[in-house]
Amino acid sequence: MMRALIMIWVLVLVMPISHASEQNVLMIRSSQPFPEAMTTLQNAIIDRKYTLSRVQRIDVGLEKAGYETDRYRIVFFGKLDEIKPITDKYPEMAAFLPLKMVLFSEEEDTMLVALNPVHLSQVVSDESLKPLFARWLHDVKAIMNDVRIGE
Amino acid sequence: MNKFLLFLLILLQSSAWAEPAGGELYEQHCAICHGADGKGGVGVPLALESFLESVSDEYLSKTIHVGRPGRVMPSFAELSENEINAIVQHIRGWSKKKAPVYSSQPISGDKEEGSRLYQQKCASCHGVDAQGGTGTGVTFSRPRDLAIIAPALANHGFLQSASDEMIKQTLLHGRKETPMISFIEQGVTERQIDHIVAYLRSLQGHATKKTEGKALPAYLKYESEEDIEATLAALKKAAVGANFRIIREQYLEDGYVEKGKEDKKKIILYFCNFNMLNKALAIDPRVGLFLPCRVTLIEKDNKVSMITINPAAMSQRFNNDELNKICEEMSVLYEEILEEAAL
Repeated sequence: MMRALIMIWVLVLVMPISHASEQNVLMIRSSQPFPEAMTTLQNAIIDRKYTLSRVQRIDVGLEKAGYETDRYRIVFFGKLDEIKPITDKYPEMAAFLPLKMVLFSEEEDTMLVALNPVHLSQVVSDESLKPLFARWLHDVKAIMNDVRIGE
Repeated sequence: MNKFLLFLLILLQSSAWAEPAGGELYEQHCAICHGADGKGGVGVPLALESFLESVSDEYLSKTIHVGRPGRVMPSFAELSENEINAIVQHIRGWSKKKAPVYSSQPISGDKEEGSRLYQQKCASCHGVDAQGGTGTGVTFSRPRDLAIIAPALANHGFLQSASDEMIKQTLLHGRKETPMISFIEQGVTERQIDHIVAYLRSLQGHATKKTEGKALPAYLKYESEEDIEATLAALKKAAVGANFRIIREQYLEDGYVEKGKEDKKKIILYFCNFNMLNKALAIDPRVGLFLPCRVTLIEKDNKVSMITINPAAMSQRFNNDELNKICEEMSVLYEEILEEAAL
């Protein structure tokens, strides 16, 4: 009886996570202004032992080309010991790696968007990679949460 | 001891299932797009007085439940009726006026005449096929001082949510703070408004029900018989020939290993067409998730693979028909570039 109750309780706790794992696109709004949100994002990535390899300044490119835009950047990050073996075995995964997040300003707020890494299992059907994609989702959500609450 | 554990579990279960207040639910599900104060963003502004005084609670509830297929706003069908009602009451709190209640009775009119009037009076903002204005919310899509983008009136979600009477009242009185004018003030008669309502309702049968997702490959891959340097040169030439500007080439491992120690057989080429980029951002600011345009080249077993995401497959995640169109074009363009580089 007690075991069954514990199982039900565990299921209740897991339900919101399952729902998040089905979302295609993850998005949060931070009340931090863009520069602060960018700093928080970079720190959050590094805190989780990822290497921040590059920031693509889309807004700068657009302005140079003569277009008006809000601030808009793409942040690339990953871990070499994950990117290398996975792209060695599955070259097609290179189209999706390193991981990235999009940061753009919305008046005083900043928006942060990422693709749900769990959906990478649609690119390669390798069961052994599913835990890795799940961990990426966990980390991406934690990074996004840091930016959301501004820590 | 067992009784104590049982009590604890029941307590935890009940708190996990307890329905949070409307404000919390709004924060959790809506604020990301519509803003914490309902002023809009990726989503349309909700805290407009004239909007709230002209839409019923039923319209808001149904909109949350069914969403707007193909127009970014997702369906929140997983929320309970009570949860949706709580969100509606939270939104309603932004207005001091009472929510209007509309009859659900159909309004009869001449849909042919309504179609003619629609093309004359409405199509310039709402589109010839009532497909709505371009872009989403306020971000990047339009000047921030313009309150809304013309709604897609032919959208299944809209027609399922709005009663004939609500549409009629909006046409009669317009919406202050938005470009939607009062038709009566423009000299349109009430009977003519009925014709327009009848025409819009007639669109329900063939309105967009949902973005049909064809099973598309997640990536595009072409192989070249040349070595990686020659393939890269051919790829650059093909991208430039398709009106793209080369913005960067780098090793996949750039930034991850000491300079000079990167795997030289994995190269990324970034390129961009800024005009196309600008258009895509106006359609959906989340589009950066598959930007900038890039192809990764990997040499393995004396073959070079050129791999890129398939924009048409990627866009299916965004519930945005406009984005789907531009991404389908992008996929064709990518294929042309890769095919030419592989020759």
